Amino acid sequence: MSGFGSFTHAVVRALPQSLAKEALRTGSLEVDLLKAQEEHDKYVSVLKHRLGLEVVELPADEALPDCVFVEDAAVVCGDTALITRPGAESRRKETEAMKAALTELGLSIVEMTDESATLDGGDVLFTGREFFVGLSMRTNQRGAEILADAFKDYAVSTVPVQDRLHLKSFCSMAGPGLIAIGASEAAQKALKIMQQMSDHNYDKLTLPDDLAANCVYMNLPSKGDSALRLLLQVFEKLKDHMLIPVSNQEKVKVDGALTCCSVLRI
Amino acid sequence: MKMVVCHVTLLDGSQFSCEVEKRAKGQYLFFQVCDHLNLLEKDYFGLSFKDNAEQRCWLDVTKEIKRQIRNSQWQFVFSVKFYPPDPSQLTEDITRYLLCLQLRQDIASGRLPCSFVTHALLGSYTLQGELGDHDPEEHRLDYISDFQFAPNQTKELEEKVVELHKSHRGMTPAQADAQFLENAKKLSMYGVDLHHAKDSEGVDIMLGVCSNGLLIYKDRLRINRFAWPKILKISYKRSNFYIKIRPGEAEQFESTVGFKLPNHRAAKRVWKVCVEHHTFFRLVSPEQPTKTKFLTLGSKFRYSGRTQAQTRQASSLIDRPAPAFQRTSSKRISRSLDGAPVVNVSDYSQADGAGENSPALELNSDSKSQQVEVMERPNADAATSITSETAFETDGAGAPQRKDLDKTQEDVLKHQASISELKRSFMEATPEPRPSQWDKHLTGSPATTLRLQTHGVPQNTPPRPGTDSRDASKSAEVKPEGNEVIEVVEETVVIEEVVKAKPKSSTPEASVPVETEVKEERSLSSDSESEDEAEYHAQPPSTSISTQQIKEEPEEEQEAELSQQAPPSAIESQPSAEAADPGPAAEEEKAAQPHEEERTDKPLLTPDEAPNGHAPQGEAPPSPQTAAADEEEPHIVNGSASRVETEHLPQVICCSEPPVVKTEMVTISDTFAAQKTEISTKEVPIVHTETKTITYEAAQLDGNGDGEPGVLMTAQTITSESLCTTTTTHITKTLKGGQSETRIEKRIVITGDSDIDHDQALAQAIKEAKEQHPDMSVTRVVVHKETELAEDED
Repeated sequence: MSGFGSFTHAVVRALPQSLAKEALRTGSLEVDLLKAQEEHDKYVSVLKHRLGLEVVELPADEALPDCVFVEDAAVVCGDTALITRPGAESRRKETEAMKAALTELGLSIVEMTDESATLDGGDVLFTGREFFVGLSMRTNQRGAEILADAFKDYAVSTVPVQDRLHLKSFCSMAGPGLIAIGASEAAQKALKIMQQMSDHNYDKLTLPDDLAANCVYMNLPSKGDSALRLLLQVFEKLKDHMLIPVSNQEKVKVDGALTCCSVLRI
Repeated sequence: MKMVVCHVTLLDGSQFSCEVEKRAKGQYLFFQVCDHLNLLEKDYFGLSFKDNAEQRCWLDVTKEIKRQIRNSQWQFVFSVKFYPPDPSQLTEDITRYLLCLQLRQDIASGRLPCSFVTHALLGSYTLQGELGDHDPEEHRLDYISDFQFAPNQTKELEEKVVELHKSHRGMTPAQADAQFLENAKKLSMYGVDLHHAKDSEGVDIMLGVCSNGLLIYKDRLRINRFAWPKILKISYKRSNFYIKIRPGEAEQFESTVGFKLPNHRAAKRVWKVCVEHHTFFRLVSPEQPTKTKFLTLGSKFRYSGRTQAQTRQASSLIDRPAPAFQRTSSKRISRSLDGAPVVNVSDYSQADGAGENSPALELNSDSKSQQVEVMERPNADAATSITSETAFETDGAGAPQRKDLDKTQEDVLKHQASISELKRSFMEATPEPRPSQWDKHLTGSPATTLRLQTHGVPQNTPPRPGTDSRDASKSAEVKPEGNEVIEVVEETVVIEEVVKAKPKSSTPEASVPVETEVKEERSLSSDSESEDEAEYHAQPPSTSISTQQIKEEPEEEQEAELSQQAPPSAIESQPSAEAADPGPAAEEEKAAQPHEEERTDKPLLTPDEAPNGHAPQGEAPPSPQTAAADEEEPHIVNGSASRVETEHLPQVICCSEPPVVKTEMVTISDTFAAQKTEISTKEVPIVHTETKTITYEAAQLDGNGDGEPGVLMTAQTITSESLCTTTTTHITKTLKGGQSETRIEKRIVITGDSDIDHDQALAQAIKEAKEQHPDMSVTRVVVHKETELAEDED
């Protein structure tokens, strides 16, 4: 677990104009494109300047309104990148640019070619010792199986996700062995399942707001322990971390969480 | 003494042969092998062999080799049985080296899946350990073609391995092994013993037994996990394997999850593996048969070796210079001899030797002590082996609990999504064919109680020609059709010698047919064998009944099913639960009744189709240890069963525990319905039927059946009837390996209403049987009781 969170690269993608109107969303909120753009820029800036990551910025594609949420297009662990087959038909093509970028980074690419499989990266929680894959509207069993095949070293457990878009809509890793989890019933239920399925003990960080439980944790040699967070209600528990608040309000309107906007590699 | 040559395949692929007496126990051979390997930390290892069905089985060190391998070759494989979760805690490098060899095999065969990168990394440590530092001159790329690092080895992988190998310069072989293990132990399938199974819906899944508990996989995905602390009991019945789960915080009742294995043996195998892993990893010491209920599994079969805690303690006393050994992988023996390899060895010994120096070897004492332990165990083991029930009681028992994870997990358990799914599926899947009426056993019927006593004379021999128990049961069931009002309670008690039944059933009204099957088995000629076993007799638990007992006698199979569930308070409990069903589902149904928290899962024991009903005995029957079980679950059967002495049959009976048998309650209400439907197919009309089946199986003295199927010499059937009893006697003589064995199987059907003291009648019947054949032993008694109840009573 020592190397957990030590990333060197990040892949992000610019916001398309079409995001405002055409991006998939569970709510019906209007997106202020300008503001969203600002937030995204800030996010990328933090990755790049504050954290010193090599950031690969992919251009937006107007035909892919959700393309900014690159997390769903690939799962990277170790030297392997699994190019997913997103659950939403309209997002399938998002993987093309991602595949090219990750190939460029020298990762060994595994593609999900099975037509019956779907998997969104947002449903994949890697804890450093194992994977949890949410079975949601976007991710199915077959997709999880292929992920298990791609990352054979690790146990891959499935977790039913109800009432939420993705598994990571209410949880994420906030540190080595530390799971940030929302306080909602759905989140707590999922956490219990994860705890039961795991051979490991995880600390948990419960956040009153599910979305707040979605954060990006990094352990960078040059920067020390740091966490990128949207909402910071529970700082006390993260004393050791440097918290970097990043606003993400606009993208949240289209179900975009913090982790959604980058694919990180070690 | 006749000597036999055993061939053992070692972890490096080499063969080790040694002569053993034909009647030698497993431990003799095992120790020979360990001595040969200079291995002291032997508890993590074991010998396995292939049975007739080509299935790999662990050799029980406490039992005779010959009885275990039956007709198979005297060919064994030495391998790791318990994978230490933290290999760095092993005391000696030689132990770690052997573990490495095992893992290399596991990886090359694909049993232990890992990624490309991990294959490369582990491969590089293998090279460093066996060849030493990379030598550009000596080691061209093809030097590694002799090694197998992965199931599908590519050039790319080999290149990566070499690349990494170069980076390990300066690492000693022992360090390389340690690094290898540090990485291998993190693999998710490290130390997971997989067994094919199906869930209730017939979907293929895998059961993975490991140091932490039981894992359930579907394809590659982990779909559930039951940590040992969450498991109250493990049992098997026929080809079904069950685990009883501790209720979560929010749950009131325990639940039972069942899985369908390919066959009875597979079910038994996974059960045994679970019992052994649980004991080894979770307990401080193996349970003592008699006392300390708290550490007991409740099943008769027990793991008799040292636990991990004990072996660690023992290892800490190891005081010898690190033994020199050569790291030579079988694949490339020639190579290792030149150049680099030699260096390794020497380096190694120096390095290690330096660290731990104590010249004097206390090996002897050490080994002796070990042996002593072993020796003592046999008894216990023997007893253990008998177990039929698999009650595994982890908890209350006070086994060391880890509160941490487990606690939290309890909640998780509730996660019924998957569990309940499994349950449901299980139940649905289970509908088993009922071979005969015998099979129908219980549903947790509360009311009936059977008491089998040895004495008493069979009073009745009545008039129902041709009725054997089967008929009886049928009749019982049939009746219901006529009246919806009637509940039929069937009780089947399989007892070898002892049967405890509850006090009488409260449901007297309808006719209560009690079927008693007394089977006596004795091999006349096998004196020698019996003698061996005789030793065990001394201790109650120690019956030597081994798995072997499982014979292949068709007839018995049916009986084997007997589930020994006698519901204690059954009567009071709601009737609804009681439906007679044959399959495992039935058992679960019982569970349906809430109050009784304790269920007797004994039924699980059932031997499967296999050999004879006896088969189950090995594990199920009466083991002394049962005591533990008692606490939580009153297993009548077990308690009583504990003794297997041939001649003391009667006494055994006395041993029986409290008369009340509790039934398992499965909280799955759906199940019940499911079962009903199943049942209905057969006996549509029966509205309320209670069936109880209690099975007692004595440990068998003889190797019976195990080894050889035997040749049927004669068979005859005699039927006699008295007032209310019909006795059908089958006498079978078989010739096995030069010895003739006579089996007498009696079926006594006692028919009558509540006025009859069934217990008394049964006791008499058994006693009479014994008197008639004083030189034989009762190996099994099945009491199958059906009670029809008027609905009014409900």
